[in-house]
Amino acid sequence: MSTDMHKITLTVNGTDHTVEVAARRHLADVLREELGLTGTHLGCEHGVCGACTVAVDGQATRSCLVLAVQVDGSEVTTIEGLTEADGSMGLIQRAMWEKHAFQCAFCAPGVMMSVSTMLADNPAPTPEEIKEGLSGNLCRCTGYHSILEGVNEVVAKMREGESANGAAGA
Amino acid sequence: MKLPDFTYHRPDTLGGALELLDELGDDAKVLAGGQSLLPVLALRMNAVPNLVDIARIPELGEIEVGAEGITIGAGVRHAQAEVSPVVAEHAPLIAGALPYVGHRAIRNRGTVCGSLAHADPSAELPAVALALDARMIVAGSDGERTVPAEDFFQGVFTADLSETELLRAVHVPAWSPRAGWSVRELSRRHGDFAIVGLACAVELDEDGSYAKAALSYFGVAGRPTRVAEAEAALIGRKPGQEVHAEAAGIVSGVLEPAADLHGTSAYRKHIAGVLAKQCLAEAAGRAADRAGQNGAGV
Repeated sequence: MSTDMHKITLTVNGTDHTVEVAARRHLADVLREELGLTGTHLGCEHGVCGACTVAVDGQATRSCLVLAVQVDGSEVTTIEGLTEADGSMGLIQRAMWEKHAFQCAFCAPGVMMSVSTMLADNPAPTPEEIKEGLSGNLCRCTGYHSILEGVNEVVAKMREGESANGAAGA
Repeated sequence: MKLPDFTYHRPDTLGGALELLDELGDDAKVLAGGQSLLPVLALRMNAVPNLVDIARIPELGEIEVGAEGITIGAGVRHAQAEVSPVVAEHAPLIAGALPYVGHRAIRNRGTVCGSLAHADPSAELPAVALALDARMIVAGSDGERTVPAEDFFQGVFTADLSETELLRAVHVPAWSPRAGWSVRELSRRHGDFAIVGLACAVELDEDGSYAKAALSYFGVAGRPTRVAEAEAALIGRKPGQEVHAEAAGIVSGVLEPAADLHGTSAYRKHIAGVLAKQCLAEAAGRAADRAGQNGAGV
């Protein structure tokens, strides 16, 4: 069979993109390859590790478990969208960096997107709620304590009035 | 892994979807949330030439409430149902089970009806539907039919759905003023599929004894399983440790779960009994609370 191609439009980190993609391409691959946004990582590519987590219309989403064609017309935020306009780290990235949250950081973009969507819904989560919200993001390196310290720091900074949204807005 | 090749269709209406299914039959699968279907395709456990995306069909996206109960359409995401005040009020067993389903990102995309149609014997929602005596509304191009939950879940990943039909909605009967619920499961990690799980729904009489009880297990057989003998032993008796222990003993005697690398059959039988005691206590407590709140007296 010849490949079923679709022209789709995605607004990614505030910028509109129109791309032609095969039906079988998942959102993660389109972000990484067509749009060059390689911050979104592929760990398991079948929906269990969370490394590919992005926000679609504000909702945390496993980008390897959604076809690009399914989200035609949607707003997508990736880890690149948490950065400030001048390229410096946004609040979430800075807090995780200050607390040495990550080691190899392969899981990091997915973790930070989960944190971003979680805090957009609930800026003052309890420790249990934080663990629950991150339960779908696996990390092989850290044992998670440093990641949770980083999230606590994000929450603390937000309480002091800083914005977690970065340049593109969550 | 990359997905195999297929043609993607996105009809705008239910009628359009059913026409496509008639035309394509076995060569098509329905796509809603995709959180079970896409992993299957990604792992190359199956391939199908056509996907029919129904997630954005407006007429399928509603939770409707009527005098007889609530109806959850095929496009309703787990996350939507989880926060819906309608579901919390009229089908709290569903709202209570949803936090166990996958993880947040899975629930943002996956759908209630999709989980039911997928009929994974280790999944929560099929067992919940069975506990609630839910009715599945199955649509084909020549009309609709209603299938009770006990007939819908036929076996492992096997539901009463032909290749030209789709599960349009699930209807859940109205929640009585003296009803209570509890969901518990044992799994290796939070969010994993259950080793053994229980969805429990009870109703109390005016004098506080059990009028109805549903003990609906998942992870113990090829499909969700109610233990009728244990349920019958509760009717007419007041909730309490001894009564619940008796029901738990019946459950452990009746169920014959298969062994696998997560647990022996004996272990699963034991856990099933433990969950019965925990869930009955919790459900009976919630029923008494609800009765009190509604002035229904217990």
